[in-house]
Amino acid sequence: MNRLGRLAALRANALIGGLLVGLVLAMAVVSVAWTPYGPLAINLRQRLKPPSAAYWLGTDEFGRDVLSRVMAGAATSLTVAVLTVVVAVAIGALLGLLAGYLRGLVDRLLMVVSDALLAFPGILLALGLMVIIGANKYGIIVALGLAYAPSVLRVVRATVLSVRERDYVEASRVIGNSEWTTMRRHVLPNCVAPIVVLATSMVGWVILAESALSFLGLGVPPPAATWGNMLSSGRPFIESAPWLGIAPGLCIALSMLGINLLGDALRDWLDPRMERG
Amino acid sequence: MHGPLGYVGKRLLWTLPTLLLVGFTVFVMVRLIPGDPALVILGDAATPDQIAGLKAQYGLDRPILVQFGLWLGRLAQGDLGVAITDGQPVLPLLWERFQVTAAIVFLAVGLAVLIAVPAGLLAAWKQNSGLDIAVVTTATLLLSIPSFWLGLILLLVFGLKLGWVPVIGYVPFGQSPTQALLYILLPVVTLTLIEAGVLTRMARASAIEVLRLEYVMHARAKGLRERRVLLRHVLPNAFAPTWTVIGLVLGNLLGGIAVLETVFTLPGLGRLLVDAIFARDYPVVQGCLLFTALIYVLVNLIVDLCYPLFDPRVAAS
Repeated sequence: MNRLGRLAALRANALIGGLLVGLVLAMAVVSVAWTPYGPLAINLRQRLKPPSAAYWLGTDEFGRDVLSRVMAGAATSLTVAVLTVVVAVAIGALLGLLAGYLRGLVDRLLMVVSDALLAFPGILLALGLMVIIGANKYGIIVALGLAYAPSVLRVVRATVLSVRERDYVEASRVIGNSEWTTMRRHVLPNCVAPIVVLATSMVGWVILAESALSFLGLGVPPPAATWGNMLSSGRPFIESAPWLGIAPGLCIALSMLGINLLGDALRDWLDPRMERG
Repeated sequence: MHGPLGYVGKRLLWTLPTLLLVGFTVFVMVRLIPGDPALVILGDAATPDQIAGLKAQYGLDRPILVQFGLWLGRLAQGDLGVAITDGQPVLPLLWERFQVTAAIVFLAVGLAVLIAVPAGLLAAWKQNSGLDIAVVTTATLLLSIPSFWLGLILLLVFGLKLGWVPVIGYVPFGQSPTQALLYILLPVVTLTLIEAGVLTRMARASAIEVLRLEYVMHARAKGLRERRVLLRHVLPNAFAPTWTVIGLVLGNLLGGIAVLETVFTLPGLGRLLVDAIFARDYPVVQGCLLFTALIYVLVNLIVDLCYPLFDPRVAAS
């Protein structure tokens, strides 16, 4: 009974998570080709209108359609999130492979650097890097990518260290495969599952971090729409026009929920040890 | 080195290189900011005389490693420089702002632990029951909500619509503790709810692992009451990993609630950093980065040092 209950929960997680992520993804994709109004189109006659048949989610202080901006925001947030994770995984996985496989001095140096970077809490490192790189879309991708790379490095390194001593890796070396071939064919594939699990949660962290940075005014600058800067510019109107704050916040929360649920399902699926009791 | 003292000594010794590295990272970061470091420190309005004076004083014309040494020396004396914007020394400023943030964070994390540990233990005990599913769903929902949004909604409902709590401003604890509590009530509630979500999931996962171990079965077979099994045998062991996460959460939040401080217009450490970034006040930026990283390292050190208290195996190994 317990196992059935667990399987049902896993299915429910995957289903609801998939639906939510699918919805956000659909919003982002559609927004590239079509939005009800232009996300940047100002219409001062229609300032701060509550939700209506013409404007489903109302309008903001410049008369811009909130629904269109929320859709465009989905595209921005997802692009930033995916590119950031690609940067973090590319840097982290490459260095993690090197550290775990070569060990010795390279490993020690890389661990020292990643320890130093990990000693900065949360988005603080990204904040510091934004000062150097500058607050724009690409600045965020580089800053957050660098900030999250050490986590990937650690996971990949740990996996490589545990895999490299296995018999089949040794066998590959014995039959005369080069180190590079051995790494690529036998070590790297073992790192895929942990990277996928980590990268999934990371998409969520980055969406949250990007919206937090944009909310602080240190992320994607206006007038471009992101959920974070919409929340920030809607804050002064929270009493008179609460829809300005509610829509983008709900979008962040629902995408986070979707990604967390998908991540849970993925972890259970890839790591069956967890619940086989 | 053996025994608990050896463990403490080793852990303390390990902190030094981390601190040095953190210092070096911040040092390099501030020097990577485009522009002349003297101008960066003095601000754009500096005269050539001031710049030359500062360069000689700080040894900015010397090799980079010598500069780092000099910089560390000043740091060790608590000299973090003065703020460009108002000429105030940076360290007292950091301390003043930190107290605001710390009050909120310690209250919120304390409350979150009080909610999360029992909830996680109960859910693990009744794994896959309706109760468990309800706890996990609530926790997942809570940790998916961005803190600044939840804060904004609470502000709208309890501050603006119902008028139960003041909406803007802050009163220091020393001035009036009850007033101060009223001002930080909403940020504390916001943070408690979200962190309770994170910690409940952690506590539940570790309790599930422990419940599966043989000694729990043994304790039950001995005929111990379920209550005693849970409190004496499961809780202490399940709490160890949660304790580590509590440390990470504390360290993270003590420097990182800039968004919440923005929502509730509180003069905390996070807001200080963000304002300093906007004002290009680099001594303050540098001070904030150093101070926050230092606290993060210290909190994790304290957490690790407390570990042997409930898991003696740590000190032994």
